Amino acid sequence: MINLKDIMETVTMISHENLDIRTITMGISLLDCADSDIKKSCEKIYEKITRKAGRLVAVGEEIEKEYGIPIINKRISVTPVSMLAAVSAGNPVEYAKTLQRAAESTGVNFIGGYSALVQKGFAAGDRELIESIPEALAVTENVCASINIGSTKAGINMDAVRLAGEVIRKASQKTAERDCIGAAKIVVFCNAPEDNPFMAGAFHGVGEPDCVINVGVSGPGVVASALKKCKGDLGEVAEVIKRTAFKITRMGQLVGTEASKRLGVPFGIVDLSLAPTPAVGDSVAHILEEMGLSVCGAHGTTAALALLNDAVKKGGVMASSSVGGLSGAFIPVSEDAGMIAAARSGDLRIEKLEAMTAVCSVGLDMIVIPGDTPAEVISAIIADEAAIGMVNSKTTAVRVIPAIGKREGEELNFGGLLGEGPVMPVNLKSSPKKFIERGGRIPAPLQSLKN
Amino acid sequence: MKKTVITIIGKDNFGIIAAASAICAECNVNIMDITQSVLDDMFVMVMLADISKANCSFGEFSDKMREFGGKSALDVRVMHEDIFNSMHRI
Repeated sequence: MINLKDIMETVTMISHENLDIRTITMGISLLDCADSDIKKSCEKIYEKITRKAGRLVAVGEEIEKEYGIPIINKRISVTPVSMLAAVSAGNPVEYAKTLQRAAESTGVNFIGGYSALVQKGFAAGDRELIESIPEALAVTENVCASINIGSTKAGINMDAVRLAGEVIRKASQKTAERDCIGAAKIVVFCNAPEDNPFMAGAFHGVGEPDCVINVGVSGPGVVASALKKCKGDLGEVAEVIKRTAFKITRMGQLVGTEASKRLGVPFGIVDLSLAPTPAVGDSVAHILEEMGLSVCGAHGTTAALALLNDAVKKGGVMASSSVGGLSGAFIPVSEDAGMIAAARSGDLRIEKLEAMTAVCSVGLDMIVIPGDTPAEVISAIIADEAAIGMVNSKTTAVRVIPAIGKREGEELNFGGLLGEGPVMPVNLKSSPKKFIERGGRIPAPLQSLKN
Repeated sequence: MKKTVITIIGKDNFGIIAAASAICAECNVNIMDITQSVLDDMFVMVMLADISKANCSFGEFSDKMREFGGKSALDVRVMHEDIFNSMHRI
């Protein structure tokens, strides 16, 4: 019989430490749905998504019940819609509405892929799609958008960076009466992964198979409580995190292979991630504090996060047949109870978060900024993040929410997994306007010349 | 053979194992191993059972067990043994 201690450990992880599978995401290629008539194209998309993902939610729930492990989200990612818009022309918002309809009939909670990849320049459909994002996110509930504006290979498309700043502001304005939720559903990437199961940045890359299952695990609470018992030095801390990450990831691998078997769809990757939620005991910030920082944001936070991120990967990589996506610790401010508290107390600032993004898996995520932040400042924030990603050959992203009509001290509340957060101060005294207006492309760095 | 691990945790009381075993019998679920202890009035039981000859689906069996847990204020979980194997064995 399996060791009693092991059984109780797993049960405690689930019942007390918020261990869960954060998401099963089905990636679906829409390339065969492209049609020069936008109506026909939308019909084909709806038909394909509902055919492929019709049983996704039911199978997810079945596995949840059988293995006793909560699967929080069932989601869909699709081919970047700009490619379909390029073929059909017409108003891309029609695609967003179709994706929304498909999300409703399949019962998934998010569908990602209202996206454009423009790291080296705009192709047909790209600019139209990006400009339509604010409208698309305002008229839909469950559709997520993303833009890839840079990569280590291509450099940074500064025209797209400028456009992205404007798009984020507009998305916020259009949904100002709903706590600016529009901007919470856009991610601007550098080095976007093509198999990421996490929202809002998931899309189904063109190199991916027709249909695939990707899994994102979670479990900051499990790591934090394992560390509570660890009194040793940082070498031992890393060991404890590695061991815990291994167990969490094995569970993700099991659920992923089982889902792929039951759905008859190939298994893609496990995203080795520590994804927090606003729930108590599910915070990445609390792990850093458990390591010995009085509060997340103190000096030392970047080093602690670097240790955490590396140990999560080392532990996880052996536990999975195939690792991908973002893989690492997430630091979304409004989705993490510890980060929210640190932002409220002023201990955690955007400058510190920017430094942290150099050593973890994502970027400036779910940060509420003052409503009067000009578009060029948002663009400059994106450019800074993209530069970190480009030079370090890693994914970085920006998801900031300008809180229209609000300033420092006030808060936005998105509800659910997106959480809530205070407006964080941004440097508005100085202006990057001229720099952003120059446009053009920041050339790819020397690191790109690996061949 | 399809095996499941049933865990029951909660305040100690009369007849917890009897009730859980009765549900197993009713569903044609064969109990293979069982261990229980009471620590500080806290009842902890772990049962390994074979469900390959069950007369109902896994979901129905799990629902029955959890319904019993709900009524008796116990935390009852029914989980496929693979989850423990994959987490704790290489």
